[in-house]
Amino acid sequence: MSAIEVRGVDRVFTRGRNRVDALTAVDLEVRAGEFVSLIGPSGCGKSTLLRLVADLDAPTSGAISVFGKTTRQARLDQDYGIAFQQAGLLPWRTVTANVELPLKLHGMDKAARRARVAELLELVGLSDFAKSHPDQLSGGMQQRVAIARALAEQPRLLLMDEPFGALDEITRERMQNELVRLCAETGAAVLFVTHSIPEAVFLSDRVVVMSPRPGRITGIVDIRADGLVPAHDRAAGVREESGFFRAVAEVRAILHGGSGIPAPDGARGVDLR
Amino acid sequence: MTTTWTRIRPVLLGALGVGLVVAVWDLYKAFGPEEGVRLGERTLILPRTTDLAMPHSWEMVQRFGEPVTSLAGSPTAFEAVWDAGLFSLGLATRGWVIGVVIGLLLALVMCRFRIAESAILPWVVLSQTVPLIAIAPLVRRWGSQIDLFGHVWTSEDSVAVIAAYLAFFPVAVGALRGLKSPARTHLDLMHAYGVGWWRTLLVLRLPASVPFLLPALRLGAASAVVGAVVAEVSIGLKGGLGRMVIDYAQSASGDPAKPWAPIFGAVAIGLVAAGAVGLIGLALRPFRVTGAFR
Ligand SMILES: Nc1ncnc2c1ncn2[C@@H]1O[C@H](COP(=O)(O)OP(=O)(O)O)[C@@H](O)[C@H]1O
Ligand SMILES: [Mg+2]
Repeated sequence: MSAIEVRGVDRVFTRGRNRVDALTAVDLEVRAGEFVSLIGPSGCGKSTLLRLVADLDAPTSGAISVFGKTTRQARLDQDYGIAFQQAGLLPWRTVTANVELPLKLHGMDKAARRARVAELLELVGLSDFAKSHPDQLSGGMQQRVAIARALAEQPRLLLMDEPFGALDEITRERMQNELVRLCAETGAAVLFVTHSIPEAVFLSDRVVVMSPRPGRITGIVDIRADGLVPAHDRAAGVREESGFFRAVAEVRAILHGGSGIPAPDGARGVDLR
Repeated sequence: MTTTWTRIRPVLLGALGVGLVVAVWDLYKAFGPEEGVRLGERTLILPRTTDLAMPHSWEMVQRFGEPVTSLAGSPTAFEAVWDAGLFSLGLATRGWVIGVVIGLLLALVMCRFRIAESAILPWVVLSQTVPLIAIAPLVRRWGSQIDLFGHVWTSEDSVAVIAAYLAFFPVAVGALRGLKSPARTHLDLMHAYGVGWWRTLLVLRLPASVPFLLPALRLGAASAVVGAVVAEVSIGLKGGLGRMVIDYAQSASGDPAKPWAPIFGAVAIGLVAAGAVGLIGLALRPFRVTGAFR
């Protein structure tokens, strides 16, 4: 069974007389355990697509299923964990209390909660900060707490909207390495939104390239076809392999209109947005 | 070491500020011109320094220890102000509690229903533009028509209601801002967890509102004190500082330090009210962090 199935989805926002075609005729399948990135310039509908899958918004037309269920049912069953660009931690709660929040809301008893949180903090390397408050942590550490929280209920699917978007390049690469490890350990499928081509290529089995006005999918690059190991098995060294650069060039080409000739500076523009 | 200093510093600075005001007062009285400072012929920009217009600061303090009137058995001014202060503070507290409850309820309703916000908020703002003098007779008239399980409406009730009328406003506005302060990320998260409006309120909105609510509660307390004192005058209720200010002002010509006693009393109960709200802030301390609320 596939983790996500999106079929013929449109999402039109109308505000007064303004009409925005955020998504048009989107078809996408994410298989169980697969890592899929959405990439494209701002406003191409990446977040909108992710929010539709999360049942935070509903499509204007078309159908989406998550593990064969409606998105609503999947949300209520806690089939997915979610993380955003803002870590979104509650500042008055300690790291422990933040991570255990979903568990507590869904009625897990205290002893089991404590054990699970300890395990999660171990997983993201923050055991020493269990009693800290979010404002005592760096941006990267806050984001790790948010990821631990997203993993708390052992979801089979992770939805991540630019989770590393606010981090510096060095922290970012370290977080990418950690995410690969976490995905290998949990075996979860991931739908990952990003602006960065190298990030998308390094993390993903497949990269979905989107373009705006109207928001749509313009191409899908299978990274494994460029000779990279599956996403779960990647190590930091993959960033130096020739297959990595081939995949980066391929994604870049599609982003710039499928001409196949990457523009020398235009490509950076996507990164820096 | 540093912590003791940071704790003592505001107290020292506060004392220094009061001392400065006292010093300026007495220095001006000592060296300022008898007939005050005028701009041109008519405009008086600094007061006369006669004993009648400006009693010495120590005279005002001494006055507290002297009897209110020369009649036998008259209590000292301090005792009189103390009793009146407690009376007014009691009314202000009743008003504050009523105002806070109403303000919070209004904020909750406005937060829950978009329509309610656009329907109620303008009225909430408009309510504060009505002068107190206009409200007092209305409150008394309406109150006298209310029959609450045999409870007879008193002037005290009218004063408390007017104090509440002033106190609910900052609470309603502050609480609404606080309840609406969580970012979209947080609200999306709650939705993703499948929790409803009430649990979102308890887990997210109420804790998030604390940094907005505390200043609103303090403002409400100050408003309730002012409301109670002024309403005592408008309603004509005896026993509190409001009437005392008026009564004592009449002895100003023979006893210039006397009118200052109830004024200091009003300042004191204002400070007590603000301090009491500070204690609430202490209890809610864990929720006062806003630093990482992104
Ligand atoms: N709630 C909304 N109301 C109106 N327009 C929206 C809303 N959400 C997104 N949009 C519009 O839809 C388009 C896609 O937005 P989004 O999915 O956030 O893009 P991305 O995440 O790729 O930058 C944008 O033009 C945006 O302005
Ligand atoms: Mg986005």
